[in-house]
Amino acid sequence: MFRLEPRASAPLLWQVATPVLAVLATMIGGGALFAAMGFDPLAAIRTIFWDPLFGPAAAYSRPQLLVKAGPLILIACGLALGFRAGIWNIGAEGQYIIGAICGTAVALAAYPLDAFWIFPAMILAGALGGWAWGMVPALLRNWFGASEILVSLMLVYVAQKVAAWMAFGPMKNPKGFNFPGSRNLQQYDAAANPELIAGSGLHWGGVAAVLALAATWFVMSRHVLGFHIRTAGAAPRAARFAGVRPERLVALCLGVSGALAGLAGLFEVAGPAGQITESFGSGYGFTAIIVAFLGRLHPLGILLAGLLMALTYIGGELAQMMLNLPAATVQVFQGMLLFFLLGFDILTRYRIRRRA
Amino acid sequence: MTDVFRAEGLGKSYPGVRANDDVSFAVAGGEIHALLGENGAGKSTLVKMIYGLVRPDEGRMALLGAPYAPHDPRAARAAGVAMVFQHFSLFEALTVAENIALGMEDPPPRAELARRIEELSQGYGLPLNPARRIASLSAGERQRVEILRCLLQDPRLLIMDEPTSVLTPQEAGILFATLRQLAEAGTAILYISHKLEEIRSHCDRATILRQGRLVGTVDPRAHSARELAAMMVGAEMRLVDRSGRKPGAPVLEVRGLSTPGGEGVALKDIALSLRAGEILGIGGVAGNGQEELLSALSGETATAPGTVVLEGRDLSTASPETRRRAGLLAAPEDRLGHAAVPEFSLAENTLLTAGARQELIRRGLIDRKAATAFAQQVIHAFDVRTPGPGTAAGALSGGNLQKFVIGREVLGRPRVLVVNQPTWGVDAGAAAAIRQALLDLAAQGAGLIVISQDLDELLELSDRFCALNQGRLSAPRPTEGLTIEEIGLMLGGAHGMEVAHVPA
Ligand SMILES: Nc1ncnc2c1ncn2[C@@H]1O[C@H](COP(=O)(O)OP(=O)(O)OP(=O)(O)O)[C@@H](O)[C@H]1O
Ligand SMILES: [Mg+2]
Repeated sequence: MFRLEPRASAPLLWQVATPVLAVLATMIGGGALFAAMGFDPLAAIRTIFWDPLFGPAAAYSRPQLLVKAGPLILIACGLALGFRAGIWNIGAEGQYIIGAICGTAVALAAYPLDAFWIFPAMILAGALGGWAWGMVPALLRNWFGASEILVSLMLVYVAQKVAAWMAFGPMKNPKGFNFPGSRNLQQYDAAANPELIAGSGLHWGGVAAVLALAATWFVMSRHVLGFHIRTAGAAPRAARFAGVRPERLVALCLGVSGALAGLAGLFEVAGPAGQITESFGSGYGFTAIIVAFLGRLHPLGILLAGLLMALTYIGGELAQMMLNLPAATVQVFQGMLLFFLLGFDILTRYRIRRRA
Repeated sequence: MTDVFRAEGLGKSYPGVRANDDVSFAVAGGEIHALLGENGAGKSTLVKMIYGLVRPDEGRMALLGAPYAPHDPRAARAAGVAMVFQHFSLFEALTVAENIALGMEDPPPRAELARRIEELSQGYGLPLNPARRIASLSAGERQRVEILRCLLQDPRLLIMDEPTSVLTPQEAGILFATLRQLAEAGTAILYISHKLEEIRSHCDRATILRQGRLVGTVDPRAHSARELAAMMVGAEMRLVDRSGRKPGAPVLEVRGLSTPGGEGVALKDIALSLRAGEILGIGGVAGNGQEELLSALSGETATAPGTVVLEGRDLSTASPETRRRAGLLAAPEDRLGHAAVPEFSLAENTLLTAGARQELIRRGLIDRKAATAFAQQVIHAFDVRTPGPGTAAGALSGGNLQKFVIGREVLGRPRVLVVNQPTWGVDAGAAAAIRQALLDLAAQGAGLIVISQDLDELLELSDRFCALNQGRLSAPRPTEGLTIEEIGLMLGGAHGMEVAHVPA
């Protein structure tokens, strides 16, 4: 028999190795699943992980990598701050939707004016909207001790209803032949978030993601705020002793992660998505949780994990088209990845010994 | 007497430290055997190997004549080894009986267990009601729960790691009576403590470790405390020098300080006045408001305006950071998770309290080099035994971390320093060094509040003494001329005894 023996400290090697192991295990587990469903596992794996980048149609799919990775990374950066402090924002999806709606509201209010300030004002509104949606669980936790996990999660469903209401009601495109959905911002130059370099998939959201990565790195490793966040996560009493006000940290972490999620939503609605529809949210807010953990809550890790998760999105769609794999494949894949990651995580904290 | 336990050539290394090196000794049935050594000498590591928590790198052990190599504590318990840790592992919300049942392999039915607990506790003079909740018990009573938990297993070897550091003298007396009774029934007892007098009066043999190596096994009664200490450190101990202090102007005024209590003890109308260059000793059984008082002074809990005034400045509602900038520093009792973060390196741990005063954090930016240098300075000035500033705080031995925590504040040149249990779990030599540092700080003109359960320590350090009892602070009395008995009266005796009225 084997047994687990706690390690004194988590070795860096294992911290890096477990995400890699988790990815490999997901490939094997996914392959087995596809085989059981009657698909060729090797072809499926190749279609998901290889073809989007180097396959025959890669020229079309490659730009999608940045399009999808941008919002994931942007959201994950904010989540990582809170997760380090033991503050669990599970509702980034809701903050993402509300941010998009607020930004769109500014654009629609200005329509059809052509002015330089419209896009910056939308960015501001998007961040503010996400921030406000994130502050709801923060205030409820600070005032009444409500669990931010539950409140932020439930607010996702509220946000989805708001999006549907907007699409059918106040924001419905008057020239949309009575279809639900707002005007398409891509066709409104002053409000559009276009591709910056043709064929790259990079839009302002990608730029914001890179800035967020740099800022996260700076705050976590150089700034006293990051030190306080890490202290609060590791030893709450020591944090109080050091002068950290837990309520402030809760408000800050939920507010910042909400604002970043709101930004991601705004860049999406003004760019790739183009309009608010009844099903605007596409799960980025949830997938970003996986990105944050897969990336070990570290900026560099988040960058890699964001690209990898983007790949599974694209690969999943490709597999759907090419091999007729069911649409839920991507979600199963992402779920498996988180599952294996948490499973292998045991190896960073314990070593396996053979029982004598 | 026959040997119950025997160790031969035990060795254990950690990165950068040889925690145990070629340690051989034996514990006989019926004896109370002390394990002595400086902080970091390897005592805890040694007993953890016996209890199966740590695997030896080399060497052999034998229990009752048979080879013994436990893989985990469960195997150790099955073989007849029991251990009481310094830090209790009890669930506050559960009762005594429930806690004991949780630790058993196959607990008997409730009624049966309650009966056995009562039987045992009566038999050993450890009165304990199985239906009481842990949260309502004093430290001494909690320890009884741990001991009873061990006794129910009917151990052949009972290990106790620093059991009396949290006990009042009265509670310690009860503990030794119990241990003696157990020993007479043939149990072998291995006992770790830094209190040399206690060991001299209660233990039959003492095994001394120095830097992981065996110095020898001696009869503690045949040696003075100074001689024992000299064997531990390999040199003579220095005496504490109290000279050179003269009280100056008042620096800290506390008036009408009350807290609501809630989870802990409510502080009731605390008043005290502290002068520069003075040490005020606050005695009392832990759990009578010590932690709450420290929190109210450090700034972790804010109090009504006008209750905490430092040199004319009202700090009652100020944050811990503001208080530190103003010169009011504090060192809490619990070093793991309160005074320090176990997962962080020593360098990072300096940032907890010394950020502003040592300029380790400027305009929000962390100066890592400065933090490392300051950690190195504390390590050097307080003789903290560790490979370096990069070591995680949790990897230090208890006493060495204590030295680090106190040193961090003392080097912060405080106007007022509040310390709770400054020498908790610190060996005699290091305790003397810490006390000397506190005295020197006062001699340089700082005001000090020393909260402690160790009456000898308070008598040695303080100019005035007051007692904290159920959240109330007695009026201070000059320490000069106070006897231990008078202090005992002020404290109201052991927990559960009639509360004495304190003459003002
Ligand atoms: N988990 C660990 N990782 C690294 N070093 C350790 C670990 N545990 C103990 N050490 C080191 O081993 C040495 C012996 O530590 P140990 O805890 O046995 O000392 P001790 O005699 O119990 O001291 P104290 O009286 O201060 O409790 C110390 O130098 C300590 O820093
Ligand atoms: Mg120890």
